[in-house]
Amino acid sequence: MRVLAAMSGGVDSSVTAALLLDEGHDVVGATMKLWGGPSDQGCCSVADVDDARRVCQQLGIAHHVFNFSDDFDANVVAPYVEAHVHGRTPNPCIECNRHLKFDRFLRRAVQLGFDAIATGHHARITNDAGVWNLRRGRDAAKDQSYVLHMLDQAAMARTLLPVGAMTKADVRAIAEARGLRTAAKPDSQDTCFLPSDGGRATFLGDRIALRPARVVDTSGNAVGVVDAVELVTVGQRRGLGAGATANGGSPRYAVDVDTDAAVVTVGTLDDLLVDAQPVEAMTWTHAPADVGETMRVQTSAHGASEPADWTGNDIRWHARHRRIARGQSVVLYAADDDRVLGGGIAS
Amino acid sequence: MSRVAAPVYLDHAATTPMRPEAVSAMLPFLTDNFGNPSGAHGMARAARGAIEDAREVVAAELGCDPAEIVFTGGGTEADNLAIAGAPEGRRLCSAVEHHAVLRPVEHGGGTTLSVDENGVVDLDALRGALRADDALVSVMLANNETGVVQPIDTIAEVVRSVAPGALVHTDAVAGFTWIDVASATAAADLVSVSAHKFGGPKGVGALVVRGETKLAPLLLGGGQERERRSGTHNVAGIVAMAAAAAAAGRDRAATVARVATLRDRLAEAVVGATPGVTVTAAEATRTAGTLHLQVAGVESESLVIVLDDLGVCASAGSACASGALETSHVLAAMGVGAGSGALRLSLGWTTSQADVAAAAVAIPKAIEVLRSRA
Repeated sequence: MRVLAAMSGGVDSSVTAALLLDEGHDVVGATMKLWGGPSDQGCCSVADVDDARRVCQQLGIAHHVFNFSDDFDANVVAPYVEAHVHGRTPNPCIECNRHLKFDRFLRRAVQLGFDAIATGHHARITNDAGVWNLRRGRDAAKDQSYVLHMLDQAAMARTLLPVGAMTKADVRAIAEARGLRTAAKPDSQDTCFLPSDGGRATFLGDRIALRPARVVDTSGNAVGVVDAVELVTVGQRRGLGAGATANGGSPRYAVDVDTDAAVVTVGTLDDLLVDAQPVEAMTWTHAPADVGETMRVQTSAHGASEPADWTGNDIRWHARHRRIARGQSVVLYAADDDRVLGGGIAS
Repeated sequence: MSRVAAPVYLDHAATTPMRPEAVSAMLPFLTDNFGNPSGAHGMARAARGAIEDAREVVAAELGCDPAEIVFTGGGTEADNLAIAGAPEGRRLCSAVEHHAVLRPVEHGGGTTLSVDENGVVDLDALRGALRADDALVSVMLANNETGVVQPIDTIAEVVRSVAPGALVHTDAVAGFTWIDVASATAAADLVSVSAHKFGGPKGVGALVVRGETKLAPLLLGGGQERERRSGTHNVAGIVAMAAAAAAAGRDRAATVARVATLRDRLAEAVVGATPGVTVTAAEATRTAGTLHLQVAGVESESLVIVLDDLGVCASAGSACASGALETSHVLAAMGVGAGSGALRLSLGWTTSQADVAAAAVAIPKAIEVLRSRA
């Protein structure tokens, strides 16, 4: 097959291209230039493009750079900023996968005559009796199926995830053995467009007016203030000032954030626990789950899944669960905790 | 897609093959004649002599006195030296300049001049923007993306009348191959050229510094080039640049006539075969080698890649530090190009009829392929 490998400049995508070459595919590498801002880290810095290009040279394959910064700004960065105005906390990596890697990049690949794309994600795509299934990666600690939950049948039919079948240690060993310059490169951790100094607060503060908020307890008593209501996330414990250490010393959490009124409500862990979690904008890898179906639900990229039932528009937890911040992705797995059913946004 | 045996090279504006005269001129200075021209012995004197011979040749081709030539490490350095080295005061440049001019002007808080729909500096806008105490105005001789030629003499007249103290700089990097720059040199105070654009090696260029023009150096050190550019001379590069300049100057009229015909033939073939393709600034005075197209419904990045697959080396505009294509500031300043894919085909001294015939087939095919998969 002709395969276009999405190369971030990291070790996983470097080894992805190498493995596909070994399998006899006709491979070309491409790096997306997504962010023109001042951040010097993450998937789109000049140094990362240089690393990807150098790996392609080492592998003897062509390398292209696609400037998708307009799409990235419109579909990832601008919505990220706007969401905070309304007290939502989105996962920009998921939106990048949804709009960039598995949409614009995939369309570009098809237009250029490629049969498939490949990425370095730690997840697996299997074909079971004619149905494409997205499954957790072999290395549980590196599993990225959560951030790929939006893949549908058409996308999976054209996507290869070769490192999903191996451990991260294996990936690094292959890169090392082949002398790839990315072999010892640290995993990227942060959101690529947030600056290394100041992070989210600086980034958002440069783009929207951050407003102070009153902190109240669940009875409405004022217990403190915070500098920026837009930066408070439901479930947060730190940074809530006096509000979090009151109440005789037991920890208090943000249990509600009302950005319009500029009020943060704090409460005990028990106040944070809910029976059900509403979700919106659901996508399914194959077909919608059956109402009443028992499944496992994961609410953060590296969190554990918990059992729940699908009611048709929300998740009903088997055991009461912390409320999920609005904007976070809620991903549904089959009862085997391996196969991704779909996912949506906590509402 | 099958790749043809040897690629059809239509990216001469990026760089053009070295002239054989230039290659043979430089080889002795990479081997036996390795002396440092700043030395005090025979080997040094031989190298110094070669530099001064080269200076005379380059001066003759640029229409200036040999003492007015400052050899640099390329076109970007020549542009930066002109802009940073000019006396204190505001710098202005056209909005369609190469980044080697635009960035240093912006860095110094300068002003950009608007252009018309062909990318030519609007003289009324220039008059309106100028202040009597401005320090420098930089307008390129020919645009590297579109090939559009600026009326440097007229622009210089306007500058002299409104801001008599301002230096006039012209970046002739994209122009020299196609245009006798002597009249621009006569009108300007500072002129930049780059060897690899006209058949010399990469990494060497020159800045013409006319008459008594005061210019502060960028590089301080041994005081070479009469204190205007320190650093050991790139002897082989300078010698080769002179040989290439002489060859390009000698052949210019014939090359322009031959290549313009090929360029027009290619334009007709592509535009005739493919709906939705327009020639940028078709009615403007353009360099003979440049054919800039806007292709509706196609992305530049994809078009260049598919052409590469079909064995045609082309370009789509300028690239940023990562190698990604940037939205063209040139087309944006002209107010054109939105919604179309840009394609720059640039012909050169080695371009043959066979190249053009092959490209005339490949380009419509590439556009058709991309549109069919859109």
